[in-house]
Formats: sequence, structure tokens, C-alpha cells
Amino acid sequence: MKALERHRRMTETWASDPGFKGWFSTVSHTDLGRMFLVTAFFFFLVGGILAMLIRAQLATPHSAFAGPEIYNQLFTMHGTIMMFLFAIPTFEGLAVYLLPKMLGTRDLAFPRLTAYGYWCYVFGGSMLLFSMLFGIAPDGGWFMYPPLTGPLYSPGINTDFWLIGITFVEISAIAAAAEITVSILKYRAPGMSLDKMPIFAWYALVTALMILTGFPPLILGSVLLEVERAFGLPFFQAELGGDSLLWQHLFWLFGHPEVYIIFLPAAGVISTVLPVMCRTTLLGYGWIVAAAVALAFLSFGLWVHHMFTTGIPHMGLAFFSAASTLVAVPTGVQIFAWIGTMWKGRPDLRLPMLHILGFFITFVIGGLTGVMVAVVPFDWQAHDTAFVTAHLHYVLFGGFVFPILAGLYYWLPHFTGRLRFFRLGELAFVLIFVGFHVTFLAMHWVGLLGQRRRISTYQPEDGWTVINLISSIGGFVVALGIGIVIIEVILHAVAARRSARNPWGAGSLEWAMLTPAPAYNFASLPHVTSRNPLADNPDLAVELAQGKGYLAAPSRWRETLTVEVASGKPDYHVIYPGNTRLPIVMSAVTGIFFLSLLVKFYWTVPVAVIGVAVLAWRWVWELGRKDDLPAQSIGHDVELPNTVAVDHAPGWWGSLFLLTANATFFGSLIFGFAFLWTVAPGWPPPVWFEPSAIELGLGILGGLVAVVAMRLALRANDRARSPLPMLGVAFAGTLAVAAACGLLMLRTPAPAEHAYGATLLVMGGYGLFHAALVSLMVVFLIARVSRGFTSPVRRAEFPIVVLWTDYLALVGAFTLLAAHLTGYLA
Amino acid sequence: MLVGASVIFGFVMVLLVLAFRKHDDAPRERLWIVKLGLVFPIAVLLALLAYGLFVGERLLPRQGADVVSVKAEGRMWAWRFSYADVEGRTTQGVLHIPAGVPVDVAVTSVDVVHSFWVPRLAGKLDAIPGHVNVLRIEADEPGTYHGRSAEFSGEGYDQFAFTVVAHDDAEWRSFLAGEIE
Repeated sequence: MKALERHRRMTETWASDPGFKGWFSTVSHTDLGRMFLVTAFFFFLVGGILAMLIRAQLATPHSAFAGPEIYNQLFTMHGTIMMFLFAIPTFEGLAVYLLPKMLGTRDLAFPRLTAYGYWCYVFGGSMLLFSMLFGIAPDGGWFMYPPLTGPLYSPGINTDFWLIGITFVEISAIAAAAEITVSILKYRAPGMSLDKMPIFAWYALVTALMILTGFPPLILGSVLLEVERAFGLPFFQAELGGDSLLWQHLFWLFGHPEVYIIFLPAAGVISTVLPVMCRTTLLGYGWIVAAAVALAFLSFGLWVHHMFTTGIPHMGLAFFSAASTLVAVPTGVQIFAWIGTMWKGRPDLRLPMLHILGFFITFVIGGLTGVMVAVVPFDWQAHDTAFVTAHLHYVLFGGFVFPILAGLYYWLPHFTGRLRFFRLGELAFVLIFVGFHVTFLAMHWVGLLGQRRRISTYQPEDGWTVINLISSIGGFVVALGIGIVIIEVILHAVAARRSARNPWGAGSLEWAMLTPAPAYNFASLPHVTSRNPLADNPDLAVELAQGKGYLAAPSRWRETLTVEVASGKPDYHVIYPGNTRLPIVMSAVTGIFFLSLLVKFYWTVPVAVIGVAVLAWRWVWELGRKDDLPAQSIGHDVELPNTVAVDHAPGWWGSLFLLTANATFFGSLIFGFAFLWTVAPGWPPPVWFEPSAIELGLGILGGLVAVVAMRLALRANDRARSPLPMLGVAFAGTLAVAAACGLLMLRTPAPAEHAYGATLLVMGGYGLFHAALVSLMVVFLIARVSRGFTSPVRRAEFPIVVLWTDYLALVGAFTLLAAHLTGYLA
Repeated sequence: MLVGASVIFGFVMVLLVLAFRKHDDAPRERLWIVKLGLVFPIAVLLALLAYGLFVGERLLPRQGADVVSVKAEGRMWAWRFSYADVEGRTTQGVLHIPAGVPVDVAVTSVDVVHSFWVPRLAGKLDAIPGHVNVLRIEADEPGTYHGRSAEFSGEGYDQFAFTVVAHDDAEWRSFLAGEIE
């Protein structure tokens, strides 16, 4: 078969629906990656316009441009949009677009989940935009400290937009993170062992794992605060046994890792682009991977440095101060490895390299001022002044925006298949770089003179007028530069010359294909033996197009393969689902759930929940088959079993990482309970929970029964006996857990009057929800067995339900013990 | 700190510029990563950390015989001060303290989170509902010092300020006697 013929037949199988309607049904990572990036860039512009409004307001003293009411919305939304709707989705978009191409495969692990996450992001982001257009945007700062954001001091709907909208958007982050993790671990080209992965994949893996463990505390905080606002359960009210400090802990448990969640992907871009710009390979690959992992661990140990002024004991401060300064070490390792790479090669001042230099200068200054604010006495003065605002912009703009711009210009030929023609980018770089430093150097200075953050105006006597004016002018110069970038990208897409393959002479696999990328990525999958496969074999692209790799035969299914995690040896054959509108419909119904909560239209909430459950049922039902698929040949004399016929299918891996995030959520809830108990004023509660040995036994035993019965069902299926009786027993077990948790919720003493009862109610609700979820899974499995979707060979769905049942038994037992034991102790 | 930071920044920039000259360096992983990447930051940071802890420890409230205790209670958007030395005496927006004597300010809030900050006397300390934090301040000279609340607290945050008046001995005694409002 000729390469062109193969291209046509593969495209037929893989192409999205034509026209703009195809956007709503596409599950292709190439399409969705582009959509993510364009949407994120749109939000970057919105956030940038807000920044300009802020600078316009602060340019002169006594400014009448915006009163505090509007100004508070401006800075709250600027921070919120840049963090949640620009930075994180940009990482997701970049990873979604690039990873399968870099890893030498055809799509991500769960194509429909990519689409679902994208639409959740769009709908959640739209809710926030809507609130802004109508002047009812959140106004409590992007950190949303209660009690200011509580029901008493922010009675309006503004705060609810934040809590509900952002939680909705977080779904996309969690979905993308689980998907990226599984994709990197399992979906790679044959032969690509972990140590041969492109460095960007390592960074993306670390970032995704951080999202899975960093975001749940914030989601929990948002849920608790929204429950307090909507139903009056006092988690953050000191007079009722709550504590506003709990929010600060949960928020910064998320908030500090967030900084590294933003920085690490950008560092991945630098580690990828910089060696190509220097015509060499990366110095110290292993060290850099170790540094990224070290950063991830350290970043979870230093959230308290955002709370140095909250009256934490000095020894505690010493510990967190040490951890905060320590984090500069792995950052230093990366910086010097990059400079060493430049010494090793011959750097060329092409446009991506300019932005990387911009990164170096800006980020190093940001890092040094960061070390300053990690010193406790200095922070006591600088905290909450413009100095900190300036510092964080050096870190985030230097550490994220410059690398992303470098990446944009580097991969632009890949997106469009064209080369830059108009040389506007250099001018844009100069404007952005100079404008940025003028703006924020001035802001450091005015901060040291005592200007606080978040004030809407100041007096001429303060003596800050000239500096603020300079800072504002710098800000508008940056905006001009960004405007030129947009113009150049548009011109590029419509009017530039065609590019040859691999215009930069890169060594990674994403350049071993046609540009713009075909829907199927690689006509056949490469066998990887080094970190720079394309550098070793410049003809690789042509050979793959000719079908010399794996899975070269076009088929009516979208096929790929997975590999063993560490060694990269091929293990399973995968068939992807095709184009479908299910993701967008399901995220719309999810949106109805959140919207109902927002406008307090509670009767539609159960309707939406049932809707999501029905759609999720259909989602999983569509996969699978009624006949045993024989082992599939992938070429080169290798045969692999299909994923329906294995113990650890992609769905099992996805569940594992979803449960990791879930367990972090539950752990944060337990932490909150313990924190309130030991630190909050107003304890012990007036009434304790009435313990009951029967309920406690029922719940724990029910969980155990379900765990054992699921295993027996799995074994029965393996031995070609009917698993139905044991599935029935497992179902009864989950119902027992549900009953025990339900009774706990019913009998919780006065949840609206003390944080103790309120926390028990939420824990009971968490247990009940999971019991309902797992019983639904068991029913699903019963339906699958009855309809002939399982066999001793087609067994992949059993281990997934086993995993969830184990989790249920565990959190059910924890929840019930926490409630009943505290009752006994009192 | 500024000097140290500038030196480090200059050093990194020199390394960056030198990368662009024509050269034939063998890749030296040990030098770049172990010496420059690991040893250098660790040495600098340890020194800085020790210095920070030393200074921080000195700023902590220590027990002493002649410490004056006052209480600062934040609300949207005013501070109310009361004095351990005079039962029932409160002032609004102005804190009176003796000069040259250490003063412990017990900071708390009745509504949302605020922060007590007199830049020339001490760092910030948050006022958190349900908690009392103690900040040690000391004015060397009698005079008026400007204070601000430094935690965003909604609409009145811009103008949320107060004053600290440090009195000499004679004035402080007459304040305690109720002769100064």
C-alpha cells in the first residue's frame, strides 16, 4: 500500500465530523488541544483587559474610574481568570495536543473524557464571564477568605459564582490530570521506556499528579463554603465552632502547589525548546527529572508561608521558612542545567530563544525576591503590599508567560504547517519585555514604600503618584506587545509560506509527521530506542508514513496500543470510541446541576444528577463487545490481547488515579475535622452524636461483605461460572453501607448550630454518595453480565468495580468510626 | 539582601551572556548541576535562613515586668483599643502607648479577617475572629505613627487606617488618669 492510500484510509477512520459541527462531536486530541489553547488564550485576553482596567484605576490618585465595588470585582476576576481559566487550561491544552505526538501514539487514553473536560471548562468559564458582564462578579479576592465571603458579609450571588463556577472548571482539571497520567504511563510508542521519554512528558506527569493531589483541598473548601452559604452549616464561623483559618489552610494547601503546577509545564517547554535552539541535547536529563519530582514534594510542604502573619507559633514558622527557601534548590538545579545546556551547544537568537532569555532574566529576579519574602521578618513587613504583587508577577509572567510564548512560536509551524513571514514577533518581544519590567519594578518599589495590595485608590500625599503612573504606562506597553503577537499569529495562519517538515531540526517525535498534524498522527507507530528518535533517524517520518512501524494496516476501528509502564514493551491492543456528542451533552447536564445550585433552584438538582447518571451509564455501555476478540497482530510478528481481555485495562488505571484525587479530598475532610476539633474556638460542641454499635457494625460489615463478594464474583467469572449471585451479595453490602451513612446523616445533632454536626453531616453525605455510586456500578455489572458482555476472557470490567468497592469499604469505615467513636469518647 | 540578590542576579546574567561566545566546552554535568545547582544555593540559603530566624526570634514577645498590655479589636472598618492598665477605657481609631516601653498588642476581630500593621513599629499580625494573636511593638520616640489594616476586607478597605500615639512618661500618666482623650 502506498503512503498516500494509507493516509486516505486512516483519515477516513480518524477524521472528526466536517465543519464547525464537528467541534461538538470531536474526541480527537489534536482538535481538543487546539480548542483548549484558543479558549485559554481568549481568557488570557479577558484577564489582561481587567489588568489594564486595574492599572487605569491606579494610574492617578483619587481616581474616579471605578469605585471599590467595581474595583474589587476587577482584581478578584483578574486573579481568578489568570489562574483557573488561563494558566491551568493552557497546560491542559498543550499537554492534550502534544503528548500523544511526542510519545509516538495516536490519541490520549480517554478521548471522550478530554472532550468532557473541555466542555466543563467552557461552560464553567462562561458562568464567570456572565457574572462579570452583569456586574455581579465575585469580589472577595481570588483567595476568597471567609468570613468576608461568608453568608453574613457577602450575602449576594457574587461569591456563589466563584465557588460553583470554579468547582465546575476544576472538574476539567481533574479529568485532564487523570487522563494525562494514564496516557503518559501507558500510551507510548513501543520501546519507549520511562528513561527515554521526552522531558516534557516527565514534567507533564509530575504536574498531572500534583493536580490530582493539589486541587481536591480547594474543591473541598469550595464545597464547604458553598454549603455554609446555602444551608447555614457553620464551618468557618468562630462563634459556632467553625474557624476561618480552616479555609486558609485548605486554600493554600492547593494554592502553593498551584504555583508549581503552573511553573512545571513551562519548565517542560523550556527543557524541550532550549536544546533545539542550541543545537544540542539537554544537559542532566536525570537531574532535571529528579528536580521536578523534588519540587512537587516540597511544594506541598510550604503552604503555610502564605500564612506567616496569622499568628502561627515561631517554631512552626521556622520549619515552613526552611521549606520555602529549600524549594529554591531544585529550581536552581534546573536553571543551571539549562545554562549548562547553552554552554554545551551553540545558542541561536531565534524568536523562541528570545523569549527564553526573557524567562531567565525575569524568573531569576522573581526567584530572588521570593527568597526574600520567605524570610519571616521581611515577610511581616512586605506581606500584602504591592511588593508581593510584583514578586508573584515576576514568577508567573516570567515563569509561565515567557516560556509559553517561546512554545507558541516554536510549535506554531506544527499547528499550521507554515513558517513565519512577517517579522513582528521580535518587536512584540521587546515591547512585552520592556513593558513588563517597567510595570513591575515600579511596583516592587511602591510596595516597599508601603502601598498595600488591593486598594482601589490612594492620596496624593502618599507620594506614590509618579511611580504608579510609570507602572501603568508599562502595563499598556505590555498590552500593545500582546496585541502584536495576536496580529502575527492571525497573519501566520492565513498568509505565511508553507513549512518543510521539522523546520527547527528537532529530535522529538512530534515533528516526525505531516504538519498540520493528520487526524491519526502516525500512519504506523515507531519503535523507540533513544531519547531523540528523530535526530537518530531523520527519515523516520517517511518510513512511518510508508507503514514500516507498528499497526500499519488501516482498519475501520481507531486502533493504538499500550505499553508496560517502566519498560515500554507493548502489552495491549486498544480500540478507541469514535466521534460522539455524548461529552458535550453530559457536561451540559453537569452544568444544569451547578446552575441549579447557583440560582437555588433545588428541585432541578436531582433531575440533573439522574441525568448525569443515565449519560454516564450510556458512556460506559457503548464500550465493550459481545464476542471474544482474538489476540490482535500489530505487525513485526507481535500479537497483543485487546483491553477488554485484561486485568488492568485503561479504565482501571483511570479509576486508580481518580481515586487518588478522591482520597486526597477525603483526607482533607478528615484533616478539617481534626483541625476544627483541636484549633477552633467554641469546642466541645453542646451535643455529641449518639453512637450506635448496630449502625457502626452494619456499615463496616456491609463494606467487608461487598469487598469479599466482588472478589468472589470476579473469580466465578474467571472460572466460567455465573458471577450474578455474588454480585447480588455485593449489591446488598453496598446498600448496608448506604443505610449506615444515611442514618448517620439523619441522626447528626443540630448541624446548623455547630461545626461538629455540620462536619459529620458532610462526611455522612460523602459516604452515602459513594455507596450509591458503587451500588450503581454493581447494578451496571449485573446488566452487563446478563446481556452477555462478559466472559472469562472479557473480564476487564470486574477489577474496576473491585477497586471502587475497596475504596467504598475504606472510606465508609473511616466515616462511621469518626462519627461513632467521637460519640463514645464523649 | 538587596546587595546579595543583585550579585547573584549579575552572576547568572554573566553566565548567560558567556554562553553566546564561540567556544568548545565539553559538557560538564558535575560543575553545572552539582556545584552551581546544588551546593551554591544550599550555602546561600542556609546563611539567610539562620539570619532570618535570629532576627525573628528577637522580635518575639518575651515575658517582662514592665510590658504594657493593650487590646486591639478590628471591625469593618474601625479599630477599638482597650487598655489593661485602665479598666473600661477604650479609644476608637487611636492607640495610645508609652514610648520606650515594650507593648503587647492582643489583636482580634469581631467580623472578618483584618491585619494590624504599623510599618514603623513592627510587622503585620492578622486579626482573626475567634483567635487572639499577640504582637510586640515598641516606639523609641514619642510621636504619631500611622497604622493600616493590611488584609483585604471589602468596600471600606481603602480608608481603613488608624494612628498610634506614643507618649512620654508624663503624658502617658495623664492618659492613664483620663486627662487625654
